[in-house]
Amino acid sequence: MNWRTSIVVLAVVALLGFLVWGLVKKGESSLALGEPVPVATLPTLPEGSEGSLEDYRGQWVLLNVWASWCGPCKAESPALDRFEKQNRDKIVVLGVDTKDLSEDAMKFLREFGIKYPQLRDASGDYTDQKLKTTGVPESFLVDPEGNLVAHYPGPFKDEAAIEAFAAPALEPQASASGDQDK
Amino acid sequence: MKRAFAAFAVLIFLAGPNLSLAAEPQASLPQLEDEVMCPVCGTLLGLSHSPAAERERVFIRKLIAQGKTDDEIKDALVGEYGGQVLALPENRGIDVWAYAVPVIGLVLGLLGVIAAIIVWRRRRPDDDEREDAPAPTEAEEDRLDKDMARFDL
Repeated sequence: MNWRTSIVVLAVVALLGFLVWGLVKKGESSLALGEPVPVATLPTLPEGSEGSLEDYRGQWVLLNVWASWCGPCKAESPALDRFEKQNRDKIVVLGVDTKDLSEDAMKFLREFGIKYPQLRDASGDYTDQKLKTTGVPESFLVDPEGNLVAHYPGPFKDEAAIEAFAAPALEPQASASGDQDK
Repeated sequence: MKRAFAAFAVLIFLAGPNLSLAAEPQASLPQLEDEVMCPVCGTLLGLSHSPAAERERVFIRKLIAQGKTDDEIKDALVGEYGGQVLALPENRGIDVWAYAVPVIGLVLGLLGVIAAIIVWRRRRPDDDEREDAPAPTEAEEDRLDKDMARFDL
């Protein structure tokens, strides 16, 4: 095999390698259940502070990714807000506003009277690349150890759907991190 | 003459700010739509009519109405959506490499082509190489003479 043939063979092998790598990366389309949910320090809404999913370690968290321009997010917001008010002793609802104007996001929160904690992922890096969301809204149920228990792409139809999704957190023995082991 | 010169100088001084304002490029939505991205679609803003893109347009129009320049509007967009909102990388920091690498590549490519041409010209068959060629045999010389004779008019 002369050097020209070697270069062509190497180029073909490299191209195939890139294609396989791309297919493998594409296959990793969502977070695996039971695995730790990635964390990132993000600005809060209203602005002026920073927060992270990690701040709620030791508590159940329903992480809800939303945006003010998203119609289905508006549709699910009243039910989500009611759910949070009724179950805040058992679970933290944490909103993550993504790819949104801060002014629009604040207007959204005022409009729906939402008081639960909010983070702002302006660029969408956290939601797209770390949480691997494919759109908004999407919700993640995170256990007190920070692992993913359930994933819900799309809007919740009603409060019952949210309760069914968050059932592991609402069971009496699951309200605190240590309780699960007892 | 001095008075006329002084009057001219005063006129230029007074007109200066207005002239500089007139030279300031007016921000325009169509132009900005080709320079910034839709935050959710992965395309230029001008190519998208998603709800998020429409909100971005509203934001830009508001800043244009406030008299902001292109750069100020882009800065505001970066503040809202992050650096990915710019269709072109910024010409500062590590982003400069996005512009520098193609130029460096072009220069290196040109140098490579020039070097290849020089090498190629030097390696053209010259007298030395021709001398290295084996001498024709007697039979070949006879055949050559005969062939030449046939063309001899």
